[in-house]
Amino acid sequence: MTDPIAVRGLDHGYGQGETALQVLFGVDLRIGAGQFVVLMGASGSGKTTLLSLLGCLREVQAGSALVLGQELHGADEAARIAIRRRVGFIFQAHNLHDSLTAGQNVRMGLDVHGLLPGADAAAARMLDLLGLRDRIDYRPANLSGGQKQRVAIARALVGNPEIVFADEPTAALDRENGLLVVELLRRLARQRGTTTLMVTHDPRILDYADRILTMSDGRIVQDTSPK
Amino acid sequence: MRAVTALLARLLGRQPIGWLQLTHHRARLATALAGVAFANLLVFMQLGFFGALVASIAIPYDGMNSDILVQSSDANTLQDGSPIPRNRMLQAAAVPGVASATAVYCGRIEWKQPDGTVRNVDVLGIDPLAHALRSPEVARQLPDLALADIALIDRRTRNVPLALFDEIDAGHAYRIEANNRGITIAGTFILGGGFGADGYIVVSDQTFLRIFRNRSAGAPNYVLLRALPGEAVPALAARLNARLASGDVVVRTMAEAVAKDQEFQTTQKPAGIIFGFGTFIGALVGIVIVYQILATDVADHLKEYATFKAIGYRQRFFLGIVLEEAVILGVLGFVPGLLFSLGLYAVIAAATGLPLSMTMARALAVLAGTIVMSVISGLIATRRLAQADPAELF
Ligand SMILES: Nc1ncnc2c1ncn2[C@@H]1O[C@H](COP(=O)(O)OP(=O)(O)OP(=O)(O)O)[C@@H](O)[C@H]1O
Ligand SMILES: [Mg+2]
Repeated sequence: MTDPIAVRGLDHGYGQGETALQVLFGVDLRIGAGQFVVLMGASGSGKTTLLSLLGCLREVQAGSALVLGQELHGADEAARIAIRRRVGFIFQAHNLHDSLTAGQNVRMGLDVHGLLPGADAAAARMLDLLGLRDRIDYRPANLSGGQKQRVAIARALVGNPEIVFADEPTAALDRENGLLVVELLRRLARQRGTTTLMVTHDPRILDYADRILTMSDGRIVQDTSPK
Repeated sequence: MRAVTALLARLLGRQPIGWLQLTHHRARLATALAGVAFANLLVFMQLGFFGALVASIAIPYDGMNSDILVQSSDANTLQDGSPIPRNRMLQAAAVPGVASATAVYCGRIEWKQPDGTVRNVDVLGIDPLAHALRSPEVARQLPDLALADIALIDRRTRNVPLALFDEIDAGHAYRIEANNRGITIAGTFILGGGFGADGYIVVSDQTFLRIFRNRSAGAPNYVLLRALPGEAVPALAARLNARLASGDVVVRTMAEAVAKDQEFQTTQKPAGIIFGFGTFIGALVGIVIVYQILATDVADHLKEYATFKAIGYRQRFFLGIVLEEAVILGVLGFVPGLLFSLGLYAVIAAATGLPLSMTMARALAVLAGTIVMSVISGLIATRRLAQADPAELF
């Protein structure tokens, strides 16, 4: 089985001419199926840039990035959307839709695959797994920060993504809630065999990682597997 | 609310995001609906007046006891044609299929009110021995009309106290000055209609010629013809046209004459053109208001839309949300717009006597127009969707 993520010689830069700034330099990376990988590194080292490239939120400029077997370099919009539908995103901000209830927000992660008969039940089950069964009809304004981030996780996972990209999902939470969220994410990923690439600055989260990557100045400088 | 959400979800085949967004921000929704309702009100008022103009034009024609109208070939309305040779009446009467023919004289007077203001009144001079008008009141009072300087007045004449008509009917004849000639209004009848003048006065042809000294008995304004029972009116009109073809008159069925008048007044006269323009302005106001609301709504949800893009939703989905909102605003705004318009129609009809009324066709046309207008606004507003960039989310 091929690795869900295989990157070779990935470069990336922002801006053009005078203001051009290269932020990724020949990144090479393979991540095997079902791995829970944590990505660390100083601010500005290029972690978010790498994630947004692998998640098809930005276009690959140079080098090769194979995600779920699809070459992203030169991929057209349709191919990029197809990949987005097979992966899940968890952002630092929950990015929930204010006008939708928790249940409706979670369904957005499912409905992208077409309207399925059991969608409501699936969304409810997902929220239940994250301990939010009784919050299903709440709008984000009536949820705590931790609850909102759990709803965002439910939205990312409900469609059974093959890869989850998470960028500092706990940054906006207090320690207790942050750990709870990562623990849930970790448990569900393990159960479902979901490959996870998570950016974090929180050292306590390293305990949950199968593998820890460290970036510095646009390069992966360290790659360790704690266990 | 939940029922509507479920219904929309079924209709759309997805969660009704637009509906949920709109109903979440109640104040904005109320503003938007008020805007759409206002635009609808503008359009309904314009169409109402336009419809009243069109309906009003037909009323005096309908009041004539006639199947066919012979009028000057330069006539567009009942008032603007040149007088025609009275011979034409005799010629027409001789055509097989014509049962009767009578000439009508028409002129306008200024009727000074006690307060110094002036009413424009159209004076119809008719043969008191013929039945030129359908009005049973006129028919009953024809013997009085035969007397010199006696007139009947239309009860629908605008801006005249109703009490005056009641007094006249109670036997208190009312004297007025018409072109410096005193005439006596001895009774009333009901006709109505017309934007041109405030109302009508009926006199005998002899009295007419005394009021309008420069007019001659040999030159009436039009001739009214009745067809024999069972006669096909359009065919008869065609035969008459062929027979009277001399260039100075034209023969029309009453329906044709009404259509000609309506066409002229709605396309050539300022009133008709202004109403058309007003409708356009109303629609424009609606488009601007709905655009403003939808564009703001898109701008406020760029982050959410970017998130949905990251999840894998296509451009189509976002267009769908904006159009969903547009249609909802159009339909929900139409309802109060229609209700206010019905109220205002009633008030204006009562105050002015104009035949302002809502028709199903007009309501449906405005509903359709409102939805089209909202969708146009929505389509313009969707240009802002491009600003939702999922790369900015992390
Ligand atoms: N949209 C952008 N336009 C221009 N430069 C950008 C953009 N996004 C990031 N950069 C620059 O690229 C470099 C890498 O940024 P990136 O966000 O990938 O770092 P990061 O490792 O995620 O940092 P942090 O830990 O602070 O989130 C930084 O120097 C940043 O200023
Ligand atoms: Mg970052």
